[in-house]
Amino acid sequence: MTGAGYMELLKLVAPESIMVLTVLGVLAADLWGLRGEELPFRRSMGAIISCSGCAGAIGWMLVAPQQANFAEGILVVDPLTQLVKVALLVLTVCAILITVDTDFTPHTGEYFALILLAAVGMMFLVSSEDILMIFISLELTSLSLYILTAFNKRQAKSAEAALKYFLFGGMAAAFTLFGLSLLYGFSGSTSLGGIADAIKGPRLDPLLVAAIVMTLIGFGFKVAAVPFHLWAPDVYEGAPAPSAAFIASGSKVAGLVVLAKVVMIGFKGAEGSAAWHGYLPGWVPVLAVLAGASMVVGNLAAIAQTSVRRLLAYSAIAHAGYMLLGVLGHDGQSLAALIYYVITYALTTLGAFGVVAVVQERVGGDRLSDFAGLSRRAPFLSFCMLVFMLSLAGIPPLAGFFGKFYVFAAALNSDPKNLGLLWLVIVALGMSAVSLYYYLRVLKQIYVAEPAADAIPVRASVLSRVVLALLSLAVVVLGCAPNLLIDKLVQAIRLAGF
Amino acid sequence: MTGFPLISLLTLVPFIGAVLVIGIDPERRKLARWLALGFSFAGLALALVLWGRFDSASGSLQLEERHLWIPTLGVQYHVGVDGLGLLMVLLSAIVVPMAMLASWNIEDRVPIYFSLVLFLQAGLFGTFTALNFFHWFIFWELSLIPAFFLIKLWGGPLRAPAATQFFIYTMAGSVALLLVFLALFLAAGTFDFLQLADLGRKGALIPLLSAKLGWHDLTTRGLALALFAGAFFGFAVKVPLMPFHTWLPAAYTEAPTGTTMLLTGLMSKMGVYGFLRILLPIFPGEVHRMLTPLLWLTVITIICSASAAFAQRDLKRMLAYSSINHLGYCLLGLLAVMSSSRMAAVPAVEKAAALNGVFLQMFNHGLTAATLFWFVGCLEARSGGARGLHDFGGLRKVAPVFCGLMGIALFSSLGLPGLNGFIGEFLIFKGAFPLVTWATALSVIGLLVTAIFILTILQRVFHGPLNERWSRLPDLTLVERFTVLPAIGLMFVLGIYPQALLGVINSTVVRMVEQLTF
Repeated sequence: MTGAGYMELLKLVAPESIMVLTVLGVLAADLWGLRGEELPFRRSMGAIISCSGCAGAIGWMLVAPQQANFAEGILVVDPLTQLVKVALLVLTVCAILITVDTDFTPHTGEYFALILLAAVGMMFLVSSEDILMIFISLELTSLSLYILTAFNKRQAKSAEAALKYFLFGGMAAAFTLFGLSLLYGFSGSTSLGGIADAIKGPRLDPLLVAAIVMTLIGFGFKVAAVPFHLWAPDVYEGAPAPSAAFIASGSKVAGLVVLAKVVMIGFKGAEGSAAWHGYLPGWVPVLAVLAGASMVVGNLAAIAQTSVRRLLAYSAIAHAGYMLLGVLGHDGQSLAALIYYVITYALTTLGAFGVVAVVQERVGGDRLSDFAGLSRRAPFLSFCMLVFMLSLAGIPPLAGFFGKFYVFAAALNSDPKNLGLLWLVIVALGMSAVSLYYYLRVLKQIYVAEPAADAIPVRASVLSRVVLALLSLAVVVLGCAPNLLIDKLVQAIRLAGF
Repeated sequence: MTGFPLISLLTLVPFIGAVLVIGIDPERRKLARWLALGFSFAGLALALVLWGRFDSASGSLQLEERHLWIPTLGVQYHVGVDGLGLLMVLLSAIVVPMAMLASWNIEDRVPIYFSLVLFLQAGLFGTFTALNFFHWFIFWELSLIPAFFLIKLWGGPLRAPAATQFFIYTMAGSVALLLVFLALFLAAGTFDFLQLADLGRKGALIPLLSAKLGWHDLTTRGLALALFAGAFFGFAVKVPLMPFHTWLPAAYTEAPTGTTMLLTGLMSKMGVYGFLRILLPIFPGEVHRMLTPLLWLTVITIICSASAAFAQRDLKRMLAYSSINHLGYCLLGLLAVMSSSRMAAVPAVEKAAALNGVFLQMFNHGLTAATLFWFVGCLEARSGGARGLHDFGGLRKVAPVFCGLMGIALFSSLGLPGLNGFIGEFLIFKGAFPLVTWATALSVIGLLVTAIFILTILQRVFHGPLNERWSRLPDLTLVERFTVLPAIGLMFVLGIYPQALLGVINSTVVRMVEQLTF
C-alpha cells in the first residue's frame, strides 16, 4: 500500500483513532495526574476526558462526512454507518455520565478506558463488511464488556455474571468463527459481497446451511435472543449499573446493525422463507424462530421477576425479538425501522438503567419493593421512569410506540403478496400486550404502592437529573416527531444501496 | 384549513390539565378536584365554541387541520369535525364534568383519579376528531388505558378480574384494528380515513388489495372480508355487540360510578362512531354481503340484552344490559341504511330518518345512561353499597326529589314521548321498518321488554311499602340537584325540541346517506 493509501485510511478511521487516543489519554491522566486525588474528582476528570473524546469523534463525523469503501468492504464509511456511529457515541457518553455518580471501583481510569474500547469495537463492527474484520471487532467489544461486567470486585454477583457472560460468549464466538470459516471455505472470500456471490444458486448446500446457522448463533448471543439469552439476566443484574446500561444499549445497537448487515449483504440470495405453510430453508426461518422464541420467553419470564434489573433483562430479550422482526423484513424500509427501533430502545433502556442506578445507589437494592412509593420520594426520577417504562411498553405517543408500529408495518410490507411474516407480527402484537402488564407493575410500585415507613427521600445529583431529563426528552420528541430521525435514516439507507 | 387550530386546542386542553393535575401533591385533594373540573369546563367551553363556529348547513368536514407528520408512512395530522364528530365532542364535553362531580367524594389518590379522567377526555376528543388512522389509534388507545386504571384502582370488590377482562377484550380489538389498518396501508398507501373511504366507495379497494396483498390461497374477496371482520371485531367489542359483550356487565358494575358514566356514556359511543366513520364507508361492499348475519347479531343483541336486564337483580347490572340494548338500536339503524340500496324504491328520506335516529340515539343514550348510573351511584353511596332491586321499596316517601328526577331519567331510557329517548328510537324504527322489516319487527320485542324492566325498577325501588332500613335515607342535596338538573333539563329540551340537534346533524346525515349508496 502506498503512503497516500495510508493517509486515506487514516482519514477514514479518524473517529476511531480519536477514540483510541482518548483511551490512552484517560489511562495516562489517571496514572500520572490523578493518582493522589479524591475518587469523585478522578471520576469526574476521567468522564470529562472520555466525553470530550467522544464529542471530538462525533464532531469529526458531523463536520467531515465521508463516503468510501476501503479494500472491498474492510472498512465502509457512508452516511448510514456514520449515523449509527454517532448514535453509539451518544449512548457511550450517557453511560459514562451515569458512571460519575456511582461508586463501585477505585480504578476509574481503567473503567472509562474499557468503555471507550468497547465503543471503538462497536464502531468498527458497524462499519465493516468483511467477516474477518467483523469478528475482530466483535471480540474487541466482547472482551471489553466481559471485564466491565466483572468490574465491581466487592460483589460476588458481578464476578459470577462476568464468568457466565464470558463462558457463553466464548462458546458463541467459537461457533461464529467456525461458521465464518465455513463461509470462507465455501466462497474463498472474506467480504460479505463475495460470500453473497458465491452462495447464490437454486438451492442451498447443507454445509452452507450449517455455516449460516453457526454464524447466527454468535450474533444471536450478542443481541440476547432466545435460546442464547441465558447470560442476559445475570449480567443485567450483577454487573455495575453503568456497565449493564452500556451492554443493554450500545452493544444491542451494534449487534443488531451488524447482524442486519451480515444477513442482508452476506446471505443475500439465501433468504428462504418463514411463511406459514411456505417454509423454505435459509436464514429467514432461523431468525424467525429466534424472534418468536425471544418474544414469548422474554415477555413471559419478565412477568415473574421481582428484581427490576432482571425484569429489564427479560424485557431486553423480548425487544430483541421485535428487533429481529425488523431484520427479517430485509429491505431498506425494514432496515430504517430496525435502526430507528434500536436507537430509541437503547436511549430508553439506558434511561431506565440510569434511574435504577440512582435508586440502587441510595436505597441499596433493585427489588420491585425498593421502588415502592418512589413518586413521593423522588418525583422527578419517577416521572422519568414513567416515560421510559411506557415507551418500552409501546404506549403512544412515545418513541417505543412508533418504533414498534414502524417495524411491524415494515415487516408486513416486505412480503405483501404472501404476508409471510403475519404470524410473527401477530405473536409480536399479542406479546406487546402482555409486556404492558409487567411494565405497569413497576409503575404501580412507584406511583400506587405506599413507601415503607423508614423510606428516605432519594436524591439524584444534578448531572444524573440532566442526563435523565435529556433521555426522556429524546424519547418523547423522537416519538412525537419520528421524522427527525427517519428522514435521515431513509436517505442514508438509500445512499448505502439497500 | 387555515385559521385557529381550534380542534387541536380542544384535545390539548384536557391533556395539559391531566399533566398538571397528576403533579399535585396527593394531600391537596380539593385543589386537584377543582383544577380538574376547571379543565373539563374549559373543554366544554371550547366544544361550545366549536359548535358556534360549525356551519350546520354543510354536511362536510369542517375546521380541518392538516399537517405533514411522518411522510415516510403517509401519516398526516388531519383533524376535522362534521355533524357526527361535533355531536360526540359535545356529548363528551357534557358527560365528563358530570362524571367528575359524581366522583367528588373519592378520597383515595385524588390527583391521579382526576388526571386519568382528563386523559380519558383528551383521548375521546382526539378519537372523535381524528381523520388519520395513526393518531386516531393513538387516541383510541389513550382512552383505553386510563379506563383500565380507573376500574382497577378505584373499583368495587371484584375490580381486578373486571379490569383485566375489560383490558384483554378491548386490547384484542385494538390489535385487530391495527392489523387491518396496516394491511389497508400496504394496499392503498394511506392512513387517511377520507381517502380510504373514497376508495371503498368507488370499489377501488378490492383491486388494490388484489394487486398488493395476498395470503396463500385466500381470494381477494376473502381477504377483504377478513379485513372487514377484523375491523368489525374491534368496534363490536367496544359497542358491544353480542357475543363480544361479556366484559361489559362486570366492568360497568365494578367501576366507580363516575367511571361507569364515562364507559357507558362515551366509550361505548366510540364503537358506534367507529362503525359510522370507518367501517361502513371503507367496507360498504363487505357490510352489504354480511348484512343478514349482522342483522341477526343485532337483533339477538337487542332482545337478549333486554331479557338479560330483566333477569338481573342488581341495579347496575340491569342498567349495564340495558345499555347494550340501547346501542343495539343504533346498530339496527345503521345496518338498515346499508341494506337499502337493493330497493331503489325506498326513498332516501327513510334512510336519513334512520341515520338521524342513530345519531340522536347515540347522544341521548350517552346522556341518559350516564345520568342513570349517576343516580344509582347516589343510591349506593347512601345505602352503604346496597343496590339490589329488592333491597329498597317505597323510597318515594323519603326521597321524593331523588325518585322524581330518577323517574324522569328512567322514562327517558324507556322512550317515553316528550323525553329525549323517544325521538331517537322512534326515528330509527320509522326509518328501519321499510328497509329491514323483519329485523325491525323482531327488535320491537326488545322495546317491550325494556319497558317491562324499567317499570319493574320504578315499582320495586320507588313504590310499595317503605323498607324500614331506609326510613332515614337522605334526599338529594342541593349540590347534587344542581349537578343533575342540567342533564334532566336537556332531556326535556331534546325531547320537545329535537331540532336543536337535528339541525346540526341533518346535513351530515344527508351527505352520508348519499355517500353510502353504492
